[in-house]
Amino acid sequence: MTLAAPRPFAARLRGVNPVWAVLLLLLLAILLLNPAFAEPQGFMNFLRRAAPLCLLAAGQVFVLTSGGFDLSQGAVVTFTVVGASMLLDNDEGATGWVILVLLAAGAGVGAVNGLVVSVLRVPSLIATLGTMIALGGVVMTWSGGAPRGYLTDGFRAFGRFMWRDVPVVGLLPAALLVLVAGGALLWWLLHATTYGRLLHAVGDNPEAARLAGVPVARVRVIAFVASALSAVVAGVLLGGFSGVSLDVGTGAELQAITAAVLGGTLLLGGRGLVGGAVGGALTLSALFTLLNLLGLPQPVREVAQGLILILAVAFAVRRRGT
Amino acid sequence: MRVRAGPGPVLAVSAAIYVGAILLSGQAQYLLPENLVSVLGRAVALGLTAVGQTLAILVASIDLSVAALISASAVLASVVMDGDPAMVVPGVLAVLALGAVVGLVNGLLVAKARVNPLIATLGMALVIQGGLSAVVSNFAGAVPPAFQLLDQGSLLGVPAGLVLLLAVAAAASLMLNLTRFGSDVFAAGGNPEAARLAGIRTGRTVVGAHVLCSLCAALAGLYLAARLGSGAPWIGRDGVYDLESIAVAVIGGTVLAGGRGGVWGTLAGVAVFAMIDSLFNILGVDAFAKQVFRGVIIVAAVAAYAAGTRRLVA
Amino acid sequence: MSAAFEMRGISKSFPGVRALDGVSLRAEAGEVHALVGENGAGKSTLMRVLTGAHPPDAGTMAVGGRPFAPRHPLDAARAGIAVVTQELALLPDRTVAQNVFLGREPGGWRIDRRAMREGARAALAVFGEGHGIEPDAFVRDLPVARRQMVEIARALSRSPRVLVLDEPTAALDERECERLFLAVERLRGEGVAVVYITHRMAEIQRLADRVMVLKDGRVSAAWDRVPAPGEIVAAMVGRELGAYFPRRAEGAGEVVLSVRGGSNAALRDVSFELRAGEVVGLAGLQGSGRAALARALFGVEPFERGAMALGGRPFAPRSPREAAAAGLAMLPGDRKAEGLLLAQGVGDNGLVSARAFARLLGRPDRAPRADRARIEALFRELDLRAADLDAPVATLSGGNQQKVIVARWLAMGPRALVFVEPTKGIDVSAKAGLHAIMRDLARAGAGVLFASSDLPEVVGVADRVLVMREGRLAGELPGGATEAEVMAVATGVVPGLGRAA
Repeated sequence: MTLAAPRPFAARLRGVNPVWAVLLLLLLAILLLNPAFAEPQGFMNFLRRAAPLCLLAAGQVFVLTSGGFDLSQGAVVTFTVVGASMLLDNDEGATGWVILVLLAAGAGVGAVNGLVVSVLRVPSLIATLGTMIALGGVVMTWSGGAPRGYLTDGFRAFGRFMWRDVPVVGLLPAALLVLVAGGALLWWLLHATTYGRLLHAVGDNPEAARLAGVPVARVRVIAFVASALSAVVAGVLLGGFSGVSLDVGTGAELQAITAAVLGGTLLLGGRGLVGGAVGGALTLSALFTLLNLLGLPQPVREVAQGLILILAVAFAVRRRGT
Repeated sequence: MRVRAGPGPVLAVSAAIYVGAILLSGQAQYLLPENLVSVLGRAVALGLTAVGQTLAILVASIDLSVAALISASAVLASVVMDGDPAMVVPGVLAVLALGAVVGLVNGLLVAKARVNPLIATLGMALVIQGGLSAVVSNFAGAVPPAFQLLDQGSLLGVPAGLVLLLAVAAAASLMLNLTRFGSDVFAAGGNPEAARLAGIRTGRTVVGAHVLCSLCAALAGLYLAARLGSGAPWIGRDGVYDLESIAVAVIGGTVLAGGRGGVWGTLAGVAVFAMIDSLFNILGVDAFAKQVFRGVIIVAAVAAYAAGTRRLVA
Repeated sequence: MSAAFEMRGISKSFPGVRALDGVSLRAEAGEVHALVGENGAGKSTLMRVLTGAHPPDAGTMAVGGRPFAPRHPLDAARAGIAVVTQELALLPDRTVAQNVFLGREPGGWRIDRRAMREGARAALAVFGEGHGIEPDAFVRDLPVARRQMVEIARALSRSPRVLVLDEPTAALDERECERLFLAVERLRGEGVAVVYITHRMAEIQRLADRVMVLKDGRVSAAWDRVPAPGEIVAAMVGRELGAYFPRRAEGAGEVVLSVRGGSNAALRDVSFELRAGEVVGLAGLQGSGRAALARALFGVEPFERGAMALGGRPFAPRSPREAAAAGLAMLPGDRKAEGLLLAQGVGDNGLVSARAFARLLGRPDRAPRADRARIEALFRELDLRAADLDAPVATLSGGNQQKVIVARWLAMGPRALVFVEPTKGIDVSAKAGLHAIMRDLARAGAGVLFASSDLPEVVGVADRVLVMREGRLAGELPGGATEAEVMAVATGVVPGLGRAA
């Protein structure tokens, strides 16, 4: 039985990723229903709210490219928001170091995930599931079931603040800058460094990569760390405009996986697209916005997401020819 | 030669720790049979779900839609029965039909459309949960007192729920070990290529396993409706039945890659979890800290089983 | 009386290689027909055609006198043909009885376990008393030899009229072999036609009634009796050395790789030296340990005892990465599963090892050992024809794919290279190219060791030939030795003496 050749990577890059076309259509639909969307207020708000998911999806791409799944992203988001609230307790001066501590903790979680998968040989599904449960428990224990404290204005600025009277665009959310910076960093890491190529190799054929001398364990751990760190940053943004609650991150990883798959990243490894994942996240967010505009309640959003997830993957399987 | 951890040793060690911890804490009254039985009684819903999940994992698949299905089943049961004893049977049938349909769709997505089982069932979970929440936002309908016997009644001193669980587990075990379908389940999960070469219709087997898995989840939903008196859209999610059913199956020796494991091992896993729960309650450990331990134990159990394999895992 | 089965004029080609060319085989009931040939001669392909795994391009088949054209292995099974190959298709987590009756369990919807157990016992009875296999034992707990017997029992449980055994004694010890021979003799007595594929002369002498030799996809010789081993070996080898092989080295330099007393589960007390500038061939029959030796050298399944040195320094790699870092390269035997990153491009495949040792955050096309320009230059040197560096490697021919992997290692500047089956699945013209590459590498100062089942290649290209047999280095021959000589050492037979050594 011969292996069907996957669509050439270069050809996909040269051609435009279909996710952008879908996004465009959705944005047009939103515009039709709500012309105010074209105003900076509408559009920038949309981007601001979509930024956390964009970052989550971009980070999840790293783990997906390595052939695994990171189910602990949502728990990391919750940990970030609740932890920040409790550590800061409205002490402005602490904003800086608290964020650093959270980033370090996130990196720690990612490293644990990566090591459990690489060294203990536990499938990532179970490993990150365990992390998700354990981390959730840590958050619960720490907060005693009811998060205390208060997020400082400095902390919330990342997610909430907008510059006004900006030339051309009018409004510019700080979250957008964070997204662009974080997204660019992740894009660079996956697509423009040696590491990114090695990550693709590991996801494509871990045995061949190992025989070629690639340090497979190290590569995997870094992928999980990237995923966890992007979850921390997403959490910082979310804390800006969402309330502090124990389920702020629930289901986030699933949305991230949906977005990544929509954007062309292959499940089970071998090809990852950061840009596509961001596009997928924007598309999902646009879809939810559209559903809201149509007056459809929140649960319909879940149904829609579920159907999209299934269809996106089924379609990807068809395209791959397996 | 590597030593394999098995459900037997795991259960024995857990039981030893359980008994030891209780004695050490000077609360030996908890070792009375009533308490032990009540400990297991709390685990009925998880046990029912986990038996079904075992079947899905045996065919090298997985089912993450069980939590949503449990909620939907409980709600459907209460709404149909609506306090009327005459509607008990239609209610049960409706729920079982729902379970069968969900299982069928899951199975077809995995076997025919070749969608990754994780994605297929997660997507299904979203669809079910969304559909449910769109229709119902709080406890809906009510279960007639007659039906509540399922939770409150007992047979020869054993809680009815436990009887149900044991009956379902026994049926599943007999099916796996005695019937052709059961044999096909192990073959399809253990080595699908060899199974196909031997003439086994692996697609049908996978679909069948998913249908049975969803039926078990539906039963769990019925049980919870009996226990709570009604159904609400969050009871599945609250109990984390999806992840925990996978966890207890894995602890009980069912291998994620398929082809190996069994129902009794899963029940041993349920017992272990129930003991952990109970122990934490008795020792007054923070309910939340318990969750941390749960996560660690799940990973440790799988790591123990995986120790010694050379294969690189993703 | 019609034959148990008959194959007439069977031809089968795969892309780039003609596996079978007009092969005819006729097996009678109650006979053992030995099918002999070196690796790649076509024996396994012929059997796969018989079982319906591959439809033939030409030729016809008949079973019991009736036309037979299977489309699926089940067709062959139902026609009474059972094959036991070397890749065991068993389920390790099921019992012996469950494996024997896989897919055909006795009973209706409810399996009759007693009948299954008894049936398994009966099938195993062919091995005589005391075979020690319990129907309720789990296959994963059985040693490989017993698993082989389970596989045979599975074949027998269908009461086949034809049984094909493909190298059945590869994993068996003396006692188990004896059991197998008795079983085969018993089956012959019961009227089963047995096709016995082997390269072990002793077994042919013991069991066969007729012998057929395949060579390069054609019938090289066929007898209605059992000739002397020397005649058989001669029919297996001895072809025109029409192919041009690069000139051998005039003398070799210092020792780049040395192994002393290397042993592990698959190898026993291996010692040899590889010098700069020489190309050494590693010959031996399937299962003799060539691949195991390569894996041990490269740290995949390291030696447990013994000592190695690379470039004069102690060398004991525990992983491929350590081996590569020290200056050794290995091209694995299974390109697709172990060598290529099929979803990546040609350039990525070529650069992966260089990148593995470069700074992680550096630019991927500027790794210190190889940047894009260097890899393109290496490709040109190797005469690799690829559209461009971004073309998916899956679209390349086998020969070009192999060159990509060679380039990958060349970029690392290794002291010694180990090639495992370098020209497997590669067409004839591309083979010559790879031979020239190996010679050039040696001339440039590296030591090259290559393991190959292709005898002409081993004999033609190598400066000297190490021959393995059953995990040991059975002998060393100078370059220019004849294929027959190599085969003799590999099989343990000295041709002309007519007796197994």
